[in-house]
Amino acid sequence: MRLKKLLLGLLGSVIAIGSFLEIASADLKFPMLVYRTGAYAPNGIPNADGFVDYYRMINARDGGIGGEKIVFPECETGYKTQVGVECYEKHKEGAMVFQPMSTGITYQLIPKATADGVTIYSTGYGRTSAKNGKVFKWIFNAPATYWDGASIAIRHILKQNLGNIKNKKIALVYHNSAYGKEPIRTLETLAKKHGYKLMLLPVDHPGQEQKATWLKIRKSRPNYILMWGWGVMNSVAVKSAASIKFPMENFIGIWWSGSENDVLPAGQGAHGYKALTFNAPGTDYQVHKDIKKYVHDKGNASGDGSHFGTVLYNRGLFQAMVQVEAARVAQKMHGTSKITAAMYRDGMENVNLDAARMEQLGFKNFSPPFKNTCENHGGSGLAAVQQWDAKAKKWNMITEYMYGDSDVVDKLIAEDSAKYAKEQKIALRCN
Amino acid sequence: MSVELLNFIETVLNGLMSGIMYSLVALGFVLIFKASGVFNFAQGVFALFAALTLVGFQTGQVPFSHLINELFGTKLHHWYPEIHSFLAIIFTIITMIVLAWIIERLVLKHLVNQEPIILFMATIGLAFVLEGIGDLMWGSDVKVLDVGIPSGGSEWLENATIGLAAEGSEYYGMYIDVLNVWATVIAVILVTALALFSQYTKTGRALRAVADDHQAALSVGISLRTIWVFVWAMSGFIAMVAGIMWGTESGVQFSLSLIALKALPVLILGGFTSIPGAIIGGLLIGVGEKLAEIYIGGLFDIGAIENWFAYFMALVFLLFRPQGLFGEKIIERV
Repeated sequence: MRLKKLLLGLLGSVIAIGSFLEIASADLKFPMLVYRTGAYAPNGIPNADGFVDYYRMINARDGGIGGEKIVFPECETGYKTQVGVECYEKHKEGAMVFQPMSTGITYQLIPKATADGVTIYSTGYGRTSAKNGKVFKWIFNAPATYWDGASIAIRHILKQNLGNIKNKKIALVYHNSAYGKEPIRTLETLAKKHGYKLMLLPVDHPGQEQKATWLKIRKSRPNYILMWGWGVMNSVAVKSAASIKFPMENFIGIWWSGSENDVLPAGQGAHGYKALTFNAPGTDYQVHKDIKKYVHDKGNASGDGSHFGTVLYNRGLFQAMVQVEAARVAQKMHGTSKITAAMYRDGMENVNLDAARMEQLGFKNFSPPFKNTCENHGGSGLAAVQQWDAKAKKWNMITEYMYGDSDVVDKLIAEDSAKYAKEQKIALRCN
Repeated sequence: MSVELLNFIETVLNGLMSGIMYSLVALGFVLIFKASGVFNFAQGVFALFAALTLVGFQTGQVPFSHLINELFGTKLHHWYPEIHSFLAIIFTIITMIVLAWIIERLVLKHLVNQEPIILFMATIGLAFVLEGIGDLMWGSDVKVLDVGIPSGGSEWLENATIGLAAEGSEYYGMYIDVLNVWATVIAVILVTALALFSQYTKTGRALRAVADDHQAALSVGISLRTIWVFVWAMSGFIAMVAGIMWGTESGVQFSLSLIALKALPVLILGGFTSIPGAIIGGLLIGVGEKLAEIYIGGLFDIGAIENWFAYFMALVFLLFRPQGLFGEKIIERV
């Protein structure tokens, strides 16, 4: 009995000392809010794997950032807003940045992180008006926002119709959540500007059953369908569209509705489906070679490595790269490798990922260049259209990266952020 | 015929077809509840687990390969290229039988004579454990399930009905997904087989005896434990059929377990102890929610009401007939 107690005590001490040493030697904490379980796990896993592989590669190849190792404790949210907030509370101490991976969680964290002085980076999701750095000091959503996405999709449709979409019917099939509702305002404003008719079709979580939605679509015959979906909702929608013989080239998803998971279950029926993107798929980039060399070949891949090069894995790489780059910029700005959360925020605000820097980081032609500024936390707003080739089972980029309608989007952002600033009594910055 | 009437008929037909898909899930609940008085919260996860196992066998995936590779540094993935769907279905049925036996051995055996709420809680635990095991065994990726059942809009029906509308009107024919037609055929076969089985076989009669009165069944020598294994295995088989139908539609992914939520209003409406009730309940819920989404939603310009409308229907029904359409009336003598 005494021996058992002694052994247990020893084991406890070893674990405690180990944990202490790990935290003490690692100064840069990038907590990860992930969903590796639950209904949205098929999307959450490749994305999280991208993050983990990139951090491991930086630790292995460069010895961390400026000599400081990255620690990245994972917290499982299951894509549930309340759990995400609990994860934030659990890990906020000493954290540099949080990537909530959910618009719902992002909305909840905006006031909390602002009060706590912790950076939130919602890459291409979250609250669109957080792009306005004058109001949202701690929130970043580069390289593009949902309102950019909505207006880029409309711009693509305009191009196909020689600039005239008056009286065309455009349907928005959206996840009935904060995320799915985000583009509505922009699409309504653009509808007034271009004269198209907008149909709004919400789909409840998780989106396994959408028959009524597609009967409505079949009956009203929209010319185009836009989709703001996530998880199983995407694959069911793509399959349903194919089933009612909707022309797939007129079906365009946002960048979270454009992964392999969304199209493979529909088989050949998904051929021609389009989605926006701000990063390329595939493995023909220096960053992939480095990850293979320093992580996968050493047997340290996150998971079984089977998601390497997929759309969501590559997006995870991109997100992690921006977060790491922000730390580097902060270290340079403040002349110390041991940065604080406030210093990290400064770094994020001064990230400048031009083409040359992207190439240095192993991301040549992977994503359009962008920079954050005090006023602009939303990056370039550029996105391209990719199209699914069901025979080759791969996405092909079919357009150049293009801007959204800044006349409309900037005005909406100014209005929404001004309203938020007034509600929260926030003094404007960047004067 | 007017286009409005044709559209209405189309909505009702599609509602009926969706209802059959819900009934397939509800049937599994009913079987177990009837035989053991347990509300099996894990029924949705059963469907997911069966579908995952089926795809795993079909594609020759090594179970627990992620775990094995992580522990031993191996690179196991597949042990054969692909097998015929029929064989994969047989292997899946065997797996579901083994699973039923394990559940009886590890869970049910130890909870005999416990309060129904304890058994219900046990099935909640079972749901999470089984979901976790499914993840460890087969991984969380979205899997394409194809057992050869055709899917997509029926061109025949579209062409046959396009001429029904008045000339010059904008009508494109009626839409029905062929997969749903197959689901209907399979559900009819299943229910007929279940009815014949429980009426004309010894095991079926034993099953009915257990459902009627556990104590009386025991007193005439019926083994409660054998019947439980049998019923849970049958329910696993029905879960597999539901998993195939739903998985063919959306791909096999973990959200499949949430189809159980679609079965709950069906059970409230049809009753927890009636097989015809599960079918009729499913049809009513299917039609009701589709009509609500398209017509009530359309009237007030709101969407996504079908999910909660199904529960609303069930609630209203509860007020007037708490035992459901075909459920047994609960009479407590004081």
